[in-house]
Amino acid sequence: MTSEPKVGVYPPPMTDPHANEATQPFWDAALEGRLVAPKCTKCETVVLPPQPRCFECQNDSFEYTDLPGTGQVFSYTIVRHPLSPKLKDVVPYVGAVVTLDGTQGAGARMVVNLIDCDPESVRIGDPIRIVFDKVSETLAVPRAVPA
Amino acid sequence: MSLRDSAAVVGVGATPYYRRGQSLPETPLSMSCTAILAALEDAGLTVNDLDGFAIYAGSCEPAEVASVLGVPEVRFAAGLTSGGGGSAGALGLAAAAIHSGMAEVVVTLMTLQQVNRRLGGTVVEGSEGGGGGGGGGAYGGGGVPPNDAFTTASGLLSPGHSFSILTQRHMELYGTTREHLAAIAISQRDNAIRRPSSIRQDPLTVDDYFNARMISDPLCLFDYTMETDGAVAIITTSAERAKDLRQPPVHIMASANGGTGRWGPAIFKYFQTPDEDFASSGHRPVAKRLFEMAGVTADDVDVALLYDHFSPLVLMQLEDYGFCGIGEGGAFVAEGNHRWPTGKIPVNTHGGHLSEAYIIGMTHIREAVEQLRGVAINQVEGAEIALVTGGPASLPVSATLLRR
Repeated sequence: MTSEPKVGVYPPPMTDPHANEATQPFWDAALEGRLVAPKCTKCETVVLPPQPRCFECQNDSFEYTDLPGTGQVFSYTIVRHPLSPKLKDVVPYVGAVVTLDGTQGAGARMVVNLIDCDPESVRIGDPIRIVFDKVSETLAVPRAVPA
Repeated sequence: MSLRDSAAVVGVGATPYYRRGQSLPETPLSMSCTAILAALEDAGLTVNDLDGFAIYAGSCEPAEVASVLGVPEVRFAAGLTSGGGGSAGALGLAAAAIHSGMAEVVVTLMTLQQVNRRLGGTVVEGSEGGGGGGGGGAYGGGGVPPNDAFTTASGLLSPGHSFSILTQRHMELYGTTREHLAAIAISQRDNAIRRPSSIRQDPLTVDDYFNARMISDPLCLFDYTMETDGAVAIITTSAERAKDLRQPPVHIMASANGGTGRWGPAIFKYFQTPDEDFASSGHRPVAKRLFEMAGVTADDVDVALLYDHFSPLVLMQLEDYGFCGIGEGGAFVAEGNHRWPTGKIPVNTHGGHLSEAYIIGMTHIREAVEQLRGVAINQVEGAEIALVTGGPASLPVSATLLRR
């Protein structure tokens, strides 16, 4: 699961999700390659990452729901300058904010490394799919690929 | 009962500005003391008059500074939360303390020395959580926050990355271009060149700008702030007492801080700001309250000192403070409306963080005061009202209107 640095693929420094009760279902599903997210039981707002309250109705009760796993690039940056020596063989890579299908948008965006793409041709609105990269026995991190 | 015009800035003091790490053997404490004493001297006051600290972003430890300087009695010590977003608003905090009678002579301060630690997450260690905040110390005491895992693989590690994301969105929505960002960087360099205090004094051309290395698209080296060391202190007192002091008073017309709740820490964490506010500086609600308190509009402002950790945020603040329409910032700067001395609203006449020095917003306050005293190096003729802003960053962002 530990691999050589690869251009475009940001190596996460964490190998465990450090989960609590609220986040564990996300990481359990991630290990199975499924995207799930907490949905407010009252107003159905999706709140991701999980938070103690719904920002729309202040409800504190959520149920995890399956999402299609597809979405769009909301915005992005091409990181060209390595912020540490260990990233010198990784740049350029794309960091992106994506909106997820099956959600209201804001409040359930994800912040991901967009891989398997030509950074120069990435555009806002591009369709993406969330994939999970297993970096340890307990952690599969989400990334995005062009859909 | 607002605090409008109840307090005035009466003193400004600073250390020299240094390139990052060059301020040794000074310490943050020694530079704080130097700046405060210089500001008191400028006002014609002494340590015996000082009784308040109105700060932001942990700029100093008032207990330590008061002890070292021998301040007879501290009657007010408070700070705005968040980071550089609080800089301009700290003057409002000072005015609030004075207006309420809690203190009479208040210092606002920032000291920056980047020797062991650089701001902005340039070292990845401490940024394990990602999300663009730059240094959360994820493996520090208290364990790893469970939500850090949601951004850990994003590769977004620094404020620069965050603001690149914001800028890309602005470009998409409004057609903003790198040429527009260059117009800001170059204008500020032109202003900085004329000032002996500026760290960057070499000319910057359009070619230089486009030949500079890209850090994180769409931002290049010259869109990023410099990293510098130094301290700047500002002394505020009541408008009444200000009449009898050494310098002509610069009145605090209005001050506001805060922002939309859902802006929150958004750009530094999970990027969940609602669509309508995402490609903005986060300042719109603050701007509205500020102008309402002052009873003026953007048209009445003679010089704007806009917090410029990144060039595109100058453009977005021009929009959010109403100097031009939302989405029109690019065209506005392309026409040179932000340039000193010919533009409609000269911006960052001192060169700003991009070219003069980065003391987390304090150089902007210093410049506003100098403009309104009529002693600025790049003086706006007849300047009567200056806008100073702090942020854009996590909430609160802030702004203060000063008048002659």
